Amino acid sequence: MEYFVQQLINGLTLGSIYGLIAIGYTMVYGIIGMINFAHGDIYMIGAFVGIIGFIVMAILGITWIPLALLLVLVMAIVFTSVYGWTVERIAYRPLRGSQRLAPLISALGMSIFLQNYVQLLQGARVKPMQPMISGGLQLMDGGVGGFTVGMSYMQIIIILLTVVLMAAFTLLITKTALGRMQRACEQDKLMAALVGVNVDRTISLAFVMGAALAAVAGVMVTLYYGVIDFYIGFLAGLKAFTAAVLGGIGSIAGAMLGGLAIGLIEALWSAYFSVEYKDVAAFSILILVLIFRPSGFLGKPEIEKV
Amino acid sequence: MLNISGVHTFYGAIEALKGVSLEVETGEISTLIGSNGAGKSTLLMTICGSPRARWGKVLFEGRDITKMPTHEIVQLGIAQSPEGRRIFSRMTVYENLQMGAIRNTEDRFERNISRVFELFPRLKERRNQRGGTLSGGEQQMLAVGRALMSEPRMLLLDEPSLGLAPMVVKQIFEVIKQINQDDKVTVFLVEQNAFHALKLAHRGYVMVNGNITMSGTGQELLVNPEVRSAYLEGGH
Repeated sequence: MEYFVQQLINGLTLGSIYGLIAIGYTMVYGIIGMINFAHGDIYMIGAFVGIIGFIVMAILGITWIPLALLLVLVMAIVFTSVYGWTVERIAYRPLRGSQRLAPLISALGMSIFLQNYVQLLQGARVKPMQPMISGGLQLMDGGVGGFTVGMSYMQIIIILLTVVLMAAFTLLITKTALGRMQRACEQDKLMAALVGVNVDRTISLAFVMGAALAAVAGVMVTLYYGVIDFYIGFLAGLKAFTAAVLGGIGSIAGAMLGGLAIGLIEALWSAYFSVEYKDVAAFSILILVLIFRPSGFLGKPEIEKV
Repeated sequence: MLNISGVHTFYGAIEALKGVSLEVETGEISTLIGSNGAGKSTLLMTICGSPRARWGKVLFEGRDITKMPTHEIVQLGIAQSPEGRRIFSRMTVYENLQMGAIRNTEDRFERNISRVFELFPRLKERRNQRGGTLSGGEQQMLAVGRALMSEPRMLLLDEPSLGLAPMVVKQIFEVIKQINQDDKVTVFLVEQNAFHALKLAHRGYVMVNGNITMSGTGQELLVNPEVRSAYLEGGH
């Protein structure tokens, strides 16, 4: 039982990270119907900006951890958003209106470019980081010889931050004019333009918002695992994409749910079966779900009255 | 108010508008009638810049809007209730109306929405219902209501009577008249229902195969033998 609870906590942490990245996939898919395969690498950029940010904080002598963390998050969000915006601008916008495959190929190219770009600038070796936030809470004491359930402060921060961000983001999409413009462009871009929405800018904004959330995930992963390299975006991106599809691509709540599902599956599989096959487990579940529910958990089959 | 001169619009290689010229006078209701596929909807969309005219000019209040982006054109005070209504089907009625007002300031919102609810009480009853679940007539009301939310100076209406029951058609045309008379909105109405449209309109144009073939006051066209035999006889 204790062991199970511990894995649940680990899975939730991992799932939060996947969920944050998955939102970027689902938003972009929702609005322009393409899979942004460079999104995983945008997340990787976020992690690198994070690690550079912490070094800058150290140089500036900002040692109070909450302040340093906040500043680094802001810095990562800003820089990573610029990358997200630029990628859309140079790699996807010129191809809008061409056949469906073109932006997809462009996205793959962008992904390879970003990986090589970071590899050239930062080197191919892994970047380690000193743990900044250590310690944690002991939730269940297993007694002598038993299993003690713990939750590190880092895990608490990741889960809390994710919950807050997702709540804020959901409010943004459902209640504000900005969110309505996003949804309007998802449903009918021509009509959105006819009521005065700047469609190009709204699409850019979807990329910026997705990149901002991925940046937070990147910083969190840097702190949580303590090592990053230029290649982390590939698998994390693939997992988050799986999460988005599992939850129902195009649905924001679905992306969050899918992220949690993938995180839990991975953690529990690693705990009870073999760690080597955790990726196989995650992707197998995807296949199973898609066989029985092709539109994912929360995907909406399009039934519309004309 | 609206000046269209020599406009050619293409869909790929197909020339949908072959040099259309017409004028919509301030304060009037102008109508464009013609059969299916004549290019009426294309003309309305060309005014809004999507698709764009390849040759020719579109002037709105003397200003050349031929090459302006769609979202900037509509911000000049042109609103359209387009072909097929294009309701945001996964948004509520209220959200659809909010979308119509997206470029307007907050303080005008309350005034405009109460006017729309006054014209279409049905929309008020259904304000929290999703657009996609409305009946055809209600969707048409919503499309017109959404267009009015921006407080346009010119309203472009594409076949508001299409597929609606005679009672609802009557109601919609009544509202168009009110919008024109009470709210001083210039109306450009595209219709297949020539009888109703010409009765309502100050000025009418007939379109055949991407060309304007006839024009005159609504009354003139209504009694014109050619118009009568092509568009009015039978079915009314």
